[in-house]
Amino acid sequence: MAYSEKVIDHYQNPKNVGTLDKSSKSVGTGLVGAPECGDVMRLQIEVDDTTGMITDAKFKTFGCGSAIASSSLATEWLKGKSVDEALKVDNMDFVEELNLPPVKIHCSVLAEDAIKAAINDYRIKNGKEAIKFEESLVH
Amino acid sequence: MLKLPIYLDNNATTPMDPRVLEAMTPYFLQHFGNAASRNHPFGWEAEEAVNYAREQVAKLIGADPKEIIFTSGATEADNLGIKGVYEMYASKGNHIITATTEHKAVLDTCKHIEKSGGEVTYLQVQPDGLIDLKELEAAIRPTTILIAIMYANNEIGTVMPIREISAIARKHGALLFTDATQAVGKIPVDVNKDGIDLMAFTAHKMYGPKGVGALYVRRKNPRVKVTAQMDGGGHERGMRSGTLNVPGIVGFGKACELCLQDLEADTNRISKLRDKLENALLLLEEAYVNGSREHRLPHVTNISFKHVEGEGLLMGFNKNIALSSGSACTSASLEPSYVLKALGLGDDLAHSSLRFGLSRFTTEEEIDYTVKAISETVIKLREMSPLWEMYKEGIDLTTIEWAAH
Repeated sequence: MAYSEKVIDHYQNPKNVGTLDKSSKSVGTGLVGAPECGDVMRLQIEVDDTTGMITDAKFKTFGCGSAIASSSLATEWLKGKSVDEALKVDNMDFVEELNLPPVKIHCSVLAEDAIKAAINDYRIKNGKEAIKFEESLVH
Repeated sequence: MLKLPIYLDNNATTPMDPRVLEAMTPYFLQHFGNAASRNHPFGWEAEEAVNYAREQVAKLIGADPKEIIFTSGATEADNLGIKGVYEMYASKGNHIITATTEHKAVLDTCKHIEKSGGEVTYLQVQPDGLIDLKELEAAIRPTTILIAIMYANNEIGTVMPIREISAIARKHGALLFTDATQAVGKIPVDVNKDGIDLMAFTAHKMYGPKGVGALYVRRKNPRVKVTAQMDGGGHERGMRSGTLNVPGIVGFGKACELCLQDLEADTNRISKLRDKLENALLLLEEAYVNGSREHRLPHVTNISFKHVEGEGLLMGFNKNIALSSGSACTSASLEPSYVLKALGLGDDLAHSSLRFGLSRFTTEEEIDYTVKAISETVIKLREMSPLWEMYKEGIDLTTIEWAAH
């Protein structure tokens, strides 16, 4: 099975690997997936409370190359976006950008879920209601 | 000089030995006859070559040449051996005992038999990959006609106690079938000393060509018969019809001869390299060998690197090193190896495993390169792994409620 060049590039040079202070009020953390499924993604965003802009994003992922690439790409996309814009990122955006084959679509779903989970974590921490999302289809 | 890529997936298939190819070559263009053509020199030559190969194959496993039935490979031999006994001995009973870690060619054959009214007991294995002999004996019924237990496992290399198993089979009047695909040519296998009644094996796992294998069928004490699974010209004493693959069989014979001749020297050299590889990789934190290290093929090791995922790990070096993983991230089911799960490994460890299979052609340089590449990749991916970070922080990962998908 051949990976796309973009997946290989993210795998070899992942962007924004790391950890933000999860106890900080301006940081939202999304931890999705499960070890027994072979994928766990942790995506963190740091939000400027006044502007609502995502100023930093970090990830750590346990998973295959496509899962690592999807989360690396997610951090790149999130930085500089507003939280509202971030909510619009769709799993198919990852599929298209990284040229993921059908067996890897779950990686893109996981990345979308991680973004939503991070945003909700941030919202709850700041006294806002969690947004209810429709169940993803691929789960 | 180190040549890349390095091949360490020899449980999947081995490269052919050049001496095998040399032996086969004349049988494509020059001696192309059909071994069943009785009336002209082309047929005679082919038949003579097949007979010679049959002797070479038989000699490696301590059998009589008449007990070798050539097939297209081990999968066909598994099917013929198990279904053939099930049908032939239907009047004696319909119960088969096998184990959960068998190859799919055995497991799916058993499932097929269940659908047609047979009964099958699937023995669990112990954490070291071996079956419990007491459980085996307890599973035997008056209707048990066959025990089908592999000689050595394809994923973890565990070698089953075949002599003890055959003693139990004998005691209760059941036949013993063994899939010895990974064992023959790698460790001494002797059908008489081991008490084997039927045995499947194949050329391409022992430096021979693909597309040819054999079923050993005992002729004396007891005389075993199998019902043919293909109708046709009645080749191979009526048990397996179909024109013989003469060049393949010649290559299989040569491969067996070479294995017999080199077995001890190969084993000594390869097991030292395997141990070197294994010991070096176990220096990494949280690395574990899967299956028994004592009862094991000399050229195999299966290691889990906790908190990194197998396919992601392979991606770090698979341009240069050919290996396989127990992770099944590529399959639609997302299910990791059923063999590793049968050992009682959690799915997370099963997802984190790599299988190494060395060969006669593996060099020390290749092992050194592999150790370095894998160690670096494991360390790099752990830096990226949220599970590793949690483990380092002392968080018990089993206490976390995962949003499993």
